[in-house]
Amino acid sequence: MLEGRDLTVIRRGRRIVDDVTLDVPAATVTALIGPNGAGKSTLLHLLSGALAPQAGTVTFAGRPLAQWSRAALARHRAVLPQASELSFPFRALDVVRMGRAVHAGRSGRDHDAAVAVAALEAVDGLALADRVYPTLSGGERQRVQLARVLAQIWTDPARPEPEGAGRALLLDEPTNNLDLTHQHQLMRFARRLADEGVAVLAVLHDPNLAALYADRMVVLADGCVAAEGPVEAVMTETVLTRTFGLPVTIQRHPGRGTPQLVPS
Amino acid sequence: MHGPIPDPRVATVRQITTDTAGRRRRRAGAGLGVLAVTLVGCVVLSIGIGAVPITPLEALSILATPLGFEPLTGHTPVQELVLWSIRLPRTVLGLLVGGVLAVSGAVLQGLFRNPLADPVLIGISNGAALAAAVVIVLWGVLPFATAGIGRDVALPVSAFAGALVAIALVYRIASHDGRADIATMLLAGVALTAMAGAGIGTLVFMSDDQALRDLNFWLLGSLGGANWERLMIAGPLMLGAGLAALALARPLNGLLFGETEALHMGFDVERTKRIAVLVTALAVGAAVALSGVIGFVGLMVPHLVRMVLGPDHRVLLPAALMGGGALMLLADLVARTIVLPAELPIGIVTSCVGGPFFLWLLLRRRALGLW
Repeated sequence: MLEGRDLTVIRRGRRIVDDVTLDVPAATVTALIGPNGAGKSTLLHLLSGALAPQAGTVTFAGRPLAQWSRAALARHRAVLPQASELSFPFRALDVVRMGRAVHAGRSGRDHDAAVAVAALEAVDGLALADRVYPTLSGGERQRVQLARVLAQIWTDPARPEPEGAGRALLLDEPTNNLDLTHQHQLMRFARRLADEGVAVLAVLHDPNLAALYADRMVVLADGCVAAEGPVEAVMTETVLTRTFGLPVTIQRHPGRGTPQLVPS
Repeated sequence: MHGPIPDPRVATVRQITTDTAGRRRRRAGAGLGVLAVTLVGCVVLSIGIGAVPITPLEALSILATPLGFEPLTGHTPVQELVLWSIRLPRTVLGLLVGGVLAVSGAVLQGLFRNPLADPVLIGISNGAALAAAVVIVLWGVLPFATAGIGRDVALPVSAFAGALVAIALVYRIASHDGRADIATMLLAGVALTAMAGAGIGTLVFMSDDQALRDLNFWLLGSLGGANWERLMIAGPLMLGAGLAALALARPLNGLLFGETEALHMGFDVERTKRIAVLVTALAVGAAVALSGVIGFVGLMVPHLVRMVLGPDHRVLLPAALMGGGALMLLADLVARTIVLPAELPIGIVTSCVGGPFFLWLLLRRRALGLW
């Protein structure tokens, strides 16, 4: 669905992203992990189109990003930022409504309002609708932002997009400011979206969280892909010890059987 | 995600949420209506109050007569003269200057994602004022007169130029790789304001008595210099810039989340920033050219509007345009009636209200935890 080929970004002579090829398939959660400064966020910005690579191309639904209009791309792929500060007293529902801005003139105002309400409902945030955004807690804000990006790529079966392409959601370290409960709540939600066909890419710090909810994992180290594949293939002692420079042991999750690391 | 969740409680909450949203939209519409009526009321007061009183009916009569209508009511030639050559240009100037200063403030606050931004803060007003001060003080030395350019033309033109240079400089310093960094832009504005302040201070030090009196006009602001000739150049510019700013409403909403986020939401961020900078420079340059540096309008009006009608730029920008005009007319009424027969510079009036407002704002925002 979303593919990067031979992507390279050089800043001040340093190769931040070095010849990376990466695929984010539809209907899967792909987790991007790696140590600080490995180039994860830069790679996410390349894939989202916010940053142009010095070399390589990014294609979405088979077409290079350059061939997508800004608006059409925004209707198909959304990005959840790490955290969104807002110094103006917007209500939560207004924030979600802004996700529909790119649909202005294409779908009616009432439809956009209904989508915003439904998106807020989907993240279990209807009770926040009339709250003032800057006064919300970190977890509540992230839920409202999730509803916003969801509203942005919300499809209406009655009004198919002319491009007919699928949808992609990029999550940039979405769990950074969240407590344990909300981390899992957010990842469960990402999982649900993938099950509905959305291509989800999540930049995550915690390999254990990634292993619990992702289908595939990509390990980035020093701007290069160090390992890539299904969770079982990537969550190994060799790969993780080498990448993070910390000796680890892999154990099994008692309930689900997925690999989980513990520092050894 | 699609399809409703069949839970009656959720359906109820959803209905309440939808109703609330609709109620807020109607409230915004009503707010704009009230502002429009207030604006008309301020125009009537501004036209009517003064040494020669003119009632609304008399004003209508004076305005309608040249169009071939029968006089609605009797009016004196003095009233006619006062309306055409004093009150009307002054009222139009007040409407335009107040409107564009307030809209520029709102646009800059959106651009910087900083609710305390203001045309004065980014250095545009002072850049324009410095250029005007140069013309006032160095008039004898500058080659305008020999080139046959009158002072009434040279002054506004140099103020435009000063505003444009100021904003271009700030933008140039702050932009890197084709992107403008908001924090650097703000700091560059602070530095520029300081430099313009030093320049104006030097000119004040150098100037003779007449130039000093003229400089005070620029430093404190006044609508007293209004006449049709001057409005002919700057009026359409201010009107055009103010209306163009209204088109920025949606992208400015998106920009509040950050430049990258706005980009991801599908907005053309660089274009929005360029238009915002240009529109603000034109509007403020023209305003300073005709009325000097009038502070706090760009700060006060957007905040008052946000308190009542919310922060959505689609409501905020048109409301600021009308509210700024109304506030300016009221401030001018105070300025020209409070110390009769003399006139107070309007900048003093706006600062008397705006300064305490700014301080109250700082305390209130901290109390609300909005930093």
